[in-house]
Amino acid sequence: MLEREADGGILLRLSREERSLLVDLAAQLRSLLGASPDDPSLHRLFPPAYEDDQDERAYRELAGNDLLEGRHEALELLASTAERERLTADEADAWLRALNDLRLVLGTRLDVQEDMLATSPETPELAVYGYLSWLQEQLVAAMSSGLA
Amino acid sequence: MTTLAPAEVEVEQPRQEEDVRHDRPWIVIVWNDPINLMSYVTLVFQKLFGYSRAKATQLMLQVHNEGKAVVSSGTREKAEHDVSRLHAHGLWATLRQD
Repeated sequence: MLEREADGGILLRLSREERSLLVDLAAQLRSLLGASPDDPSLHRLFPPAYEDDQDERAYRELAGNDLLEGRHEALELLASTAERERLTADEADAWLRALNDLRLVLGTRLDVQEDMLATSPETPELAVYGYLSWLQEQLVAAMSSGLA
Repeated sequence: MTTLAPAEVEVEQPRQEEDVRHDRPWIVIVWNDPINLMSYVTLVFQKLFGYSRAKATQLMLQVHNEGKAVVSSGTREKAEHDVSRLHAHGLWATLRQD
């Protein structure tokens, strides 16, 4: 499915359906981030850095925009490279973050609990969550094989 | 008129307490959450901090089993930078002075 090459690139062996699902999910999350950044399902994407309110506001002002931009860029890259057979190391890194953001938002919406079994999903959303978890696990394993 | 009371002189306020505060490092804490994959958290620790797989795995397990772990420390600027990189990767991280 996913295999690491010597230069850190990742071979993508995914079906047409999987690729098109990833394009759709990335577009949905980008439009949610743009239209309703305060949506409760997005709160896991922007956790607080400080307990103190004033420090937290300063952190948001300093880092908030970069964090939002970075998420848009990674999701856009996921969508624009979803048809590829091969990702560069940098592209694979963006995929990793985009897949994680999709899981964080879907998992928040589904109120996922630790070690929830995804083997017999009861809803389409849980099936998608299970698929994304599997795909991310494959990508992590492929990328980790290059690290000591 | 004269007075025997000593003239008021400006006395520098003791700064020792403040200095000690400034010396204490800031720590970055990662908290457990039910969504992030254990393998992903390990990979993020390796990638962001250059930790070995053994050290990154040990920190990940501490987060998983004890609910949190200190993953880095240093000046406030460094700690805040580390937190923002962890946030970019979707981890639940905070910083505070030790």
